[in-house]
Amino acid sequence: MSLVGTPPPATEPEAEVSRWNWHLPRTGWPFVLLALAGLIVLMSIIRVITGADDLTSSGTIASALALSVPIGMAGLGGLWSERSGVVNIGLEGMMILGTWGAGWAGYQWGAWTGVLVGIAMGAVGGLVHAVATVTFGVDHIVSGVAINILGLGVTQYLSVIAFQGVPGAGQSQSPPTPDIQTVSIPGLSDPLLTLQNKHWFLVSDLAGIARGLLTGVSLLTVVAVLLLFVTYLVLWRTPFGLRLRACGESPTAAESLGVNVYLMKYWAVIASGAFAGLGGAFLAIVAGNGYREGQTGGRGYIGLAAMIFGNWRPGGLAAGAALFGYTDSLQLRSGDSSVHALLLLIGVPLVGYAVWAAYRQKFITAVFAVVVGAAALVWYFSTDAIPGDFTTMTPYVTTLLVLALASQRLRPPAADGLPYRRGQGG
Amino acid sequence: MTINWRRVALSVGAPLIAIAFALLVTSLVLVSTGDPVWSNAKAVWDYGTTPRVIALTLNQGTVYYLSALAVAIGFRMNLFNIGVDGQYRLAAFAAAIVGSHLHLWKPLDILLIVLVAMAVGAAWAGIAAALKAARGVSEVISTIMLNAIAGSLVAYLLRKNAVEVAGSNNITTKSIPENGAFPGIPLIHNSTLDVYGFIVIAILAGIAYSVILGRTRFGFDLRATGRSMTAAVASGVNVRRMVVIALLASGAVAGLVGMPQLLGGDTRAYSLDFPVGLGFTGIAIALLGRNNAVGMALAALLFAFLDSSSIILDINGVSKEIVLIMQGTLVLSVVIVYEVVRRYGVVAEQRRVSRLLADEPPAAPPPSTPAEVTA
Amino acid sequence: MQAPTGVAVELHGITKRFPGVVANRDINIVVRHGQVHALVGENGAGKSTLMKILYGMQRPDEGTIQIDGREVSFHSPSDAIDAGVGMVHQHFMLADNFTVLENVVLGSEPGKAGMIDFAEARRRIMEISDSYGLDVEPDRLVETLGVGARQRVEILKVLYRGAKVLILDEPTAVLVPQEVDELFDNLRELTGEGLTVLFISHKLDEVLRVADEITVVRRGTTVATVEPKAVTARQLAELMVGSELPTPETRESTVTDVPVLAAEGVTVRDVDGRALVEDVTFTIHRGEVLGIAGVEGNGQAELVEAIMGMRPTETTGRLVLADEDLSREPTRHRREAGIGYIPEDRHRHGLLLESPLWENRILGHQSEKPNAKGVWIDRAGARADTQRIIEQYDVRTPGVDVLASSLSGGNQQKLIVGREMSGTPKVLIASHPTRGVDVGAQAAIWEHIREARRLGLAVLLISADLDELIGLSDSIKVILRGRFVADVDPAHVTPEELGAAMTGAGEERA
Repeated sequence: MSLVGTPPPATEPEAEVSRWNWHLPRTGWPFVLLALAGLIVLMSIIRVITGADDLTSSGTIASALALSVPIGMAGLGGLWSERSGVVNIGLEGMMILGTWGAGWAGYQWGAWTGVLVGIAMGAVGGLVHAVATVTFGVDHIVSGVAINILGLGVTQYLSVIAFQGVPGAGQSQSPPTPDIQTVSIPGLSDPLLTLQNKHWFLVSDLAGIARGLLTGVSLLTVVAVLLLFVTYLVLWRTPFGLRLRACGESPTAAESLGVNVYLMKYWAVIASGAFAGLGGAFLAIVAGNGYREGQTGGRGYIGLAAMIFGNWRPGGLAAGAALFGYTDSLQLRSGDSSVHALLLLIGVPLVGYAVWAAYRQKFITAVFAVVVGAAALVWYFSTDAIPGDFTTMTPYVTTLLVLALASQRLRPPAADGLPYRRGQGG
Repeated sequence: MTINWRRVALSVGAPLIAIAFALLVTSLVLVSTGDPVWSNAKAVWDYGTTPRVIALTLNQGTVYYLSALAVAIGFRMNLFNIGVDGQYRLAAFAAAIVGSHLHLWKPLDILLIVLVAMAVGAAWAGIAAALKAARGVSEVISTIMLNAIAGSLVAYLLRKNAVEVAGSNNITTKSIPENGAFPGIPLIHNSTLDVYGFIVIAILAGIAYSVILGRTRFGFDLRATGRSMTAAVASGVNVRRMVVIALLASGAVAGLVGMPQLLGGDTRAYSLDFPVGLGFTGIAIALLGRNNAVGMALAALLFAFLDSSSIILDINGVSKEIVLIMQGTLVLSVVIVYEVVRRYGVVAEQRRVSRLLADEPPAAPPPSTPAEVTA
Repeated sequence: MQAPTGVAVELHGITKRFPGVVANRDINIVVRHGQVHALVGENGAGKSTLMKILYGMQRPDEGTIQIDGREVSFHSPSDAIDAGVGMVHQHFMLADNFTVLENVVLGSEPGKAGMIDFAEARRRIMEISDSYGLDVEPDRLVETLGVGARQRVEILKVLYRGAKVLILDEPTAVLVPQEVDELFDNLRELTGEGLTVLFISHKLDEVLRVADEITVVRRGTTVATVEPKAVTARQLAELMVGSELPTPETRESTVTDVPVLAAEGVTVRDVDGRALVEDVTFTIHRGEVLGIAGVEGNGQAELVEAIMGMRPTETTGRLVLADEDLSREPTRHRREAGIGYIPEDRHRHGLLLESPLWENRILGHQSEKPNAKGVWIDRAGARADTQRIIEQYDVRTPGVDVLASSLSGGNQQKLIVGREMSGTPKVLIASHPTRGVDVGAQAAIWEHIREARRLGLAVLLISADLDELIGLSDSIKVILRGRFVADVDPAHVTPEELGAAMTGAGEERA
């Protein structure tokens, strides 16, 4: 089962040229940097217009970064698994295992041990998923659902056994865990803060963003960001990664060239669980103060959403995680009014997108975009604040919109979610 | 007919193997934490067979069964309605709001409330249906997203429409008047607790499910689509329309999930502590019961029994969350066993057929030259 | 041409059994260096199994394989690759969303410090491409390539791994004639460089053109090895099917002048607006079989789906069945109106493999008697009628309750034919009706099609088997790139002439 739409039909020679050109201008670093710069300028303009200074304050950015990490790690988990052709909606369960493992080991043997145990427990969840889907050929969704149920059950049971009666703990939470140290680029914090507080157009915004990203960052965040790059390198630049991705695109082709498809899928799904576990560990140790029941709050699913938003690519996934983390952060820091300003940020580009789509004669998309965009603008001008519940919805609504508007352009791995048995090729 | 017996044996044997495996795992966990297996099992059984707990089990089972039915409608068509959770919560909330304003004739009130719930459930599932039919968006992802959106939406609407419960942080909708109460049935002898009257609706829904899917042309089309989308298209099924109908039906049944509690409970209101996660339990039960109306009923009762009788474990000093492990293991082992059995069944039958046919004398050689055929 | 040099591959006494069938029995083949050795046989004769054994995808139960005189034992394709054996699969084994380079190096990537050395890979690919004239661009996405280019990528994949022996499984099935010529040129370059090619096919004219030696496989065993110069296509065909060669000829004409099915300007466009079928017009009369000839992939499948109403949004044009305009009708109504449909791919479009036979009897006829009574399914009626089909159409099965997947291809197909002939069909659309069935079932199905014609049905026959087409049809239209390009009279055409028309040589004549 492919998760999104139907793949484009095989293209025959006549369409070669047009299709090829079509992809070119949309990729590459220049495009990314340009888009990023445009976004910052837009945010800056909106900040000046609305006076919602928290939009680009260092505090918002710092907490956005922290909130993005678990989402991003879950997303990376999804990426590893789905790139090998295994759909993983068990991320949530694996993440829960990660939070518990981190809390349990963290309070006894220190934060980093906690992180490692969290990763290991997530990986065990991944292993179970791999056994069910790869070895036994169980439907990926079914197995994922079962793992979510099991992950929740196991942690609740273990909590009662491990935490009841321990000082500072209870049946649904672990004792407090030690923190992980933070790092800063020295000498930046104060000058950037001064700059940020001037509220100058663009300059203060850049200062706020830089300060948020470069000072007081948890070491585990640094590790997480590094893992994003490592994932890209491993999956797109090494033989191992090529083989792994081949299993997701065409397992029969991989098998015919001597790739051990089952083994690759096992590695991928176990890694997937490990990433989800790391995301959980981050929640327990860095974002929280130990394990608490319900701590993940559906972030496994949001991670999946971020991955789809990012079109099954690490960069896009990071953008998705950043977006979802950012809205969360705005909500947490300054409540309803800052998020309100975001409506402008949604409405204006959507209307612009509608014009572009109309120009390209994609009328359904254009109408849809203009309706949603206009709704956002109307909402903005007719209210003063957005209730927090709507902010919570942001990742989900965004993902639905992306799926609805751009499902034709999303490109999941061709064999994602399809059953695969050894020797079926040829 | 030998074939059918063989299949029956496989389909009954499979869940039994899974249950045995889950029991084994659970026992091992108990042993590893130093708890006795047998005495605890006996305690659960003894407590679970007391009248009040039986009534509890039936009530919980009713809810689970409805949820499983909703999931199963999709499953039969290879659609994963993971969104039953969001659908029933939104539906129950809407029903509670509408119900609190109704003061008509009792049966009409109940009917209206239930219809509202079904309509809202169907509508929420309809979003996923529309996205799938129009844009090809996978219902798995969209219903997961819609679950979360429903959660936030209900939280928001509840806060806007809420009355506070005195002396707690809980907030709730206004109660549905007595008129909207679905009468309970004193089904269990010696039990102080009535069984939800809604159990009748659940049974009727199960029968309807079974008859519509198994005996009607519509059901055939739906199952054919689940078995092979391409073959269904070639046979003249309008798959797009089928997707929409199946998801709407699934959503409508999901709308019923909250009704036993809403109309048969004490408060008759939707509050912050209205149960969540029933949709996922429904998935587990539909899997365990193999989308079969009777199988799902047994599975629902099993889950409900484990839930309601496990409280005794806490009193015995064993964490009752062991039940969660058992349920989780059960689901996982059941899907694995079913898949293995399914594959074994297909291969075994292929072997059997070719063996039976090998015994037959070969048929007369076919006419092979044009002269023989046409002259 | 070549002097008989050393032996590259020798298969001796290969036997492979599957549950219930013996796929290969005592196979013996000797392939010489620098030759194109063809392996011919009917569908289902066991060629593919044999090649899978030679490529390490399956292991023989008995027998030995020798490469360059050395006995080998392959446990996986990697072993075969290591021994210098490479395979170009019938269905391309390419990841569409990968570049050519990624597809080629997969599994044996040139590395530098743990990373793929893309520069080195590019260099080696270009080197091979240039030396064999394969004309491959390493950085193109495979999905942007045409069929011929994809096949060259497949060949390059094999060469990249240092293969000395290339197995090509039905390589021409998907190619248009010019591409076939190019492929054969490529093969000659390969053998000229000392490589050995094992060429699997059932297209005899091609085999005779390209092979240096031909081995014939029949019913799982090798029956003869011949030189192309010493045999005719007819002799080769008789070797393939045994002494008696069934031919699907139809003699007396039953054609009337009552039009039954008329298509007018039928056009199918894909999402990008390209025409897959363009402006197709035909009329089939009572008792007439209209054959459609064409190289596969020239719009036949799309035309059939358009007629069945399976591509409603992409199809324009008119379809009239005995005065009833069906152009806008859904598939269900078209079937109810009397169109029977034997689909090209019975597993995908014709059967519910994991359902019992009686449910498969209902499939496609959900709304018709004896399967339905009002909104209800009539189980008893369907079961009884399934039994009737089993008896009338000689479907070999222990009963109506077995799963469709348990039947052999031929019996599955007979069930489908029986089902589609049930009720009172006016039209039968038969798409490759004898593909992948055994000889016995093939003759039976031909007879059923003749019977349909006698009963006054209008039959649309699509087939890649030119003998079948010529033998059964009353008239033949040739389809090329989605258009009808020629009318051919089956009474006065040879397979060779028809083949030429299909390649576009007919365009001038038409």
